[in-house]
Amino acid sequence: MNQHTIRLGEIGYARSGDKGSSANIGVIAHTPECYAVLLERLTAARVAEFFRPMGALRVTRFELPNLGALNFLLEGVLAGGGSRSLRIDAQGKALGQALLEIELEVTEEFARRHAPALNERGGRDAGSIG
Amino acid sequence: MTGVLRIGNAGAFWGDRLGAAAALAVQQPDLDYITLDYLAEVSMSILARQRERDPNAGYAGDFIEVVRSLSAILCSRTGHRLRIVTNAGGLNPRACAEVCRGVLSQAGCRGMRIGIVTGDDVLEQLKNGRGSTDGFANLETGQPLDSIRDSLVTANAYLGAEAILEALRQGADLVITGRVADPSLTVGPCMHHFGWSWSDLDRLAGATVAGHLIECGTQVTGGISTHWLEMPDPANLGYPVAEVDADGACVITKPANTGGRVEVRTVKEQLLYEIGDPDAYISPDVLASFLALSVTASGPDRVRISGARGRPPTGTFKVSATYRAGYRASGTLTVFGRDAVSKARRCALVVEQRLRQDGYEPQQWQAECLGTGDAVPGVFAGGNGAPGFETVLRLSVADQRREVVDRFTRELMPLVTCGPQGITGFAEGRPRIHEVVGYWPCLIDRRSVAPRAEVLEV
Repeated sequence: MNQHTIRLGEIGYARSGDKGSSANIGVIAHTPECYAVLLERLTAARVAEFFRPMGALRVTRFELPNLGALNFLLEGVLAGGGSRSLRIDAQGKALGQALLEIELEVTEEFARRHAPALNERGGRDAGSIG
Repeated sequence: MTGVLRIGNAGAFWGDRLGAAAALAVQQPDLDYITLDYLAEVSMSILARQRERDPNAGYAGDFIEVVRSLSAILCSRTGHRLRIVTNAGGLNPRACAEVCRGVLSQAGCRGMRIGIVTGDDVLEQLKNGRGSTDGFANLETGQPLDSIRDSLVTANAYLGAEAILEALRQGADLVITGRVADPSLTVGPCMHHFGWSWSDLDRLAGATVAGHLIECGTQVTGGISTHWLEMPDPANLGYPVAEVDADGACVITKPANTGGRVEVRTVKEQLLYEIGDPDAYISPDVLASFLALSVTASGPDRVRISGARGRPPTGTFKVSATYRAGYRASGTLTVFGRDAVSKARRCALVVEQRLRQDGYEPQQWQAECLGTGDAVPGVFAGGNGAPGFETVLRLSVADQRREVVDRFTRELMPLVTCGPQGITGFAEGRPRIHEVVGYWPCLIDRRSVAPRAEVLEV
């Protein structure tokens, strides 16, 4: 089976904010089929790895099948959080936008249906925002 | 009582649009309540400093302007009765209420009642240890309170809907609270209107979900949506209205002819905003589960939310305490031209070295090149140090010693003449020094907290 990658932002949307010194990111799938991909591919370990450079210590994933959504609680990712962090994004408002750039492995067939732009663009630079 | 109760929100935080409440009241004349939230986690510390200077201060002054702008509508005896519930009282709800009384009285209002909710201040308990279940240990780090007890500035329990309900029963048109859980501003009016009891857990959970959805104002009508670029008329984004029914289900909507959209996407995003375990959303009124919620479009700019489940609340109130934690400052300079990012990073090293060689090394130091992905540092490989043609260098320090932070503020701007060609954006001058407010979340035994309501007559 051919494996392709798809950007999370092509199959879902997100919102993030702070929970004390932790942050949370809610991710919502566009369709039930997209939710199945999130369940399988967007694991807590994968999200923890993605945000490791920011100091993510522990990531907990909660499933909301009724909404086709996942909620991630990220500890340690805000460098102390709201009042203590010196970062420009002390409240974690940018984390949702960041996570929507993560690349997920999907079947070629799924990728063609959900990311029509894939055919035009061909390849793309994984993880680059430049 | 049956029918639906219409509760709007016209203030998501201290700094939200001042004219929002009056606009919402005019756009939606059948509104029963407007809620306004002013208190972020560390707001109380700012209010404490204001009260130190003036014993009659310590509340959100913006709310006085809101009351003034609403006075004609609030005092009207002919139109639909509109009531206001807000946590604008901060550390001094009574002083806030007295000033509101003056404003309404001056506007010619008579026979109105202003409810005052107090009892959230638990600073003395934290200082003397009364009501502790675990020594007021930090909920996130587990650290004991002793490490910062002497630096405490404020400590306030998040009260529930109990005293708001009592104020409404006493006929309050305006309810002014201190620290109250945000959804409780909505739960109180629902309990009062529908006559729910504390054992109506699913209904309380439903009202809590409605409160959670509207408490951040325009965030549920298109603000900060992933799809923000698609939202129509973003300059006139509508503030939200929850139409709660007798079973605690609700429709989220917004006034006609306002910008933005209420759609399943905006509602689902806001449902997940700043939550932890969706099976245990903790409020002082109820432990709510989102796992059986159904979210469906029910018309243009109308989304129905039903199926909230509730369990009895915990035996503790969450406390938000603040403490003095030193000083901080941040400043920015813009670097333009070839190798802008390399130049900016080198500028950061210059400031860092100058501080160190003069003996002012700060305890906390942060250098960011905005425009390169540094809002999420390190996440995008190749983002840091990418050959951008322009970047904003943001330098920040924090330290217990004010003199260290002061020295930093004097070492940033000299880069304008000793730094790279193309450095600019220094019109703001030296960065300002701010006191750092530490945030200390902990728990307190419910039985040691006594929420109270009283009423002032206008």
